[in-house]
Amino acid sequence: MKKILHQDSLESEAIYILREVVAQFENPVLLFSGGKDSITLVRLAQKAFYPAVIPFPLLHIDTGHNFPETIRFRDDLVEQLGLRLIVRKVQDDIDGGRAVEEKGKYSSRNSLQTNTLLGAIEEFKFDACIGGARRDEEKARAKERIFSVRNDFGEWDEKNQRPEVFDLLNGRIDLGQNVRVFPISNWTELDVWNYIEKEAIEIPSIYFSHEREIFKRDGYWWTASDHVYREEDEQVERRRVRYRTVGDITCTAAVESEADSIERIIQEIRDSSISERGARIDDKRSEAAMETRKQQGYF
Amino acid sequence: MEVLKIATAGSVDDGKSTLIGRLLYDTQSLTSDKLEAIEKASLKNGLNYLDFSLATDGLVAEREQGITIDVAHIYFSTPKRSYIIADSPGHEEYTRNMITGASTSTTSIILIDARKGVVGQTHRHFFINNLLRLKEIVVAVNKMDLVNYSEEVFNNIVTEFRELQAESSFKEQNIRFIPVSALWGENIAERSSEMDWYTGPTVLEHLEGLQPEDTTALTQARFPVQTVIRPKTSSHHDFRGYAGKISGGSLKKGDAVTILPSLTTSRIREIYFHDEKYEEAPAGSSVVITLTDELNITRGDMIVRSEELPQEKRTLEAALCWMDTKALTPGAKYLLQHNTCRVLVKIQGIGSAEDPDSRKQLQLNELGKVSIKLSRPLFVDTYESHKDNGRFILIDPQTNYTAGVGFIE
Repeated sequence: MKKILHQDSLESEAIYILREVVAQFENPVLLFSGGKDSITLVRLAQKAFYPAVIPFPLLHIDTGHNFPETIRFRDDLVEQLGLRLIVRKVQDDIDGGRAVEEKGKYSSRNSLQTNTLLGAIEEFKFDACIGGARRDEEKARAKERIFSVRNDFGEWDEKNQRPEVFDLLNGRIDLGQNVRVFPISNWTELDVWNYIEKEAIEIPSIYFSHEREIFKRDGYWWTASDHVYREEDEQVERRRVRYRTVGDITCTAAVESEADSIERIIQEIRDSSISERGARIDDKRSEAAMETRKQQGYF
Repeated sequence: MEVLKIATAGSVDDGKSTLIGRLLYDTQSLTSDKLEAIEKASLKNGLNYLDFSLATDGLVAEREQGITIDVAHIYFSTPKRSYIIADSPGHEEYTRNMITGASTSTTSIILIDARKGVVGQTHRHFFINNLLRLKEIVVAVNKMDLVNYSEEVFNNIVTEFRELQAESSFKEQNIRFIPVSALWGENIAERSSEMDWYTGPTVLEHLEGLQPEDTTALTQARFPVQTVIRPKTSSHHDFRGYAGKISGGSLKKGDAVTILPSLTTSRIREIYFHDEKYEEAPAGSSVVITLTDELNITRGDMIVRSEELPQEKRTLEAALCWMDTKALTPGAKYLLQHNTCRVLVKIQGIGSAEDPDSRKQLQLNELGKVSIKLSRPLFVDTYESHKDNGRFILIDPQTNYTAGVGFIE
């Protein structure tokens, strides 16, 4: 029986894009957050360049507010696959006076990441940053190109994006500019989970149901942690929860869940009526939160 | 899961965004937090109904103006398959955005306001669909609620459109006309109770019934080399593979191939996807190919089957859509990107056989015919015979902007 390849079109597209990045740019990097999307990108990169090693490093912008499980996972993955990891910390920028810590009930280091990212790009002269953002996540992301040109301030000018026709990617840039690349733009949350299941990709434990100390605020479950500001009257409880999206502890809400396997997670998502980013408190700050952050150079 | 990509086109006020929002709502693809956001925003705008267009208008500026200015990609799915909608602006000043969105689609929904019928923009949208050779067209005659759901009005519009079809359609194209009201959800997903005279499918039923393109039947495989995989590790010391995406037809292990532009010949030794070897890979597959000979192949080269060579050209005649604010003038130099190959080119003439005015310019969003001189030969097909090997973009070497998209004739 003839062995014929049956490749998923979304997987083919992502691999095609990753190869274009390596071909068109001098110094690409993969922005790694330890979340399912960036983990998926690593697997796609492995498959794209096999049997050669992944020809670019991983960059983690460490806010210092990560779930400890995510950091452990990151380190294990990097060691297992023999990848090069660069970590740049927001804390260093705060200590060095280049960034100011937010204070108060809703404080987080989410917007400080941009600064540290831009610093890292400058330091290493990265000309292409590969990220796991998807268009189905949020309104402003729905408009993004596959190759998103940023100026040397990392800014995104949404009114002047380059036309992107067919699969012809134009990554030509001037010195000082760089491009954000989004190979899984057309993947939905479910597509990512199905891929994780199919490929048996390992992911951080916090995605699965576990017991955690949490407290309720504004209708969301916030994580009880040293990094998260908590008022006197906000009661901590212990419940079985999981995290549907992995941002910082300070801006990711937990959802009550018994889903302890990928299969059950997928089922839960199918039945769910809150979108993935709906559980991201940072998006709720203003209607145009993401877009404003992108104009400032965010992912 | 299978994915179907749809482009949407229509005038600003034709209700295109509302139609999409409605499709999302009716397929339960609007999550509760998104619905809540729409409710909030609708109320804030002083409306007493849910404005589904708010589900798709993403950018702040356009939300304020109430129009779409870029391409938004919207995802929804049914048990049968996943859908990606490229929601493009209707305004003539955004033709380039519309082409961007439509270029990766296989289906198109053209919206017509039932009160206005076929207008200038309808002509243009249909023309663009034909330029791109989109096979499946759905003409949604919207706002039927404002014309009393009249069968006569609908039929008149169909007749008007058929005249357009006679002028510029192509043989393999299928056009379906559906009377709808996006605002009230009539014939979008739910069959309308107001239009008994219409017996065809709803928009969703029609989309669900579309067959995906059969990639196994095609011929003329083209394999533009993206990058060379040379691990040089002890386990894969001599491995030299060519990575790329196959288009047009399948490639098989053992196929006699020709490498372009050198015209060297060889045979496919192996076809890899990750660590597995395959005897055959269909069009659309991203693979790594090794050959039986040690050759010096680089990015920009193309591997094809020896009996199916594309045409070698030193000049190109093409239909062009101009996408730059800086007009195209004869004598101008650009970089032409054809698959993974970039060559410097010079624009010889703008116009057509009927109108060979060589002093003509092409302005932003204009469509015209050009003749282009290449600094070195390219191996191409006409767009009509091979979409993937018959199109290109023009890049302005000074600004790096993607200035135009061309369809080889």
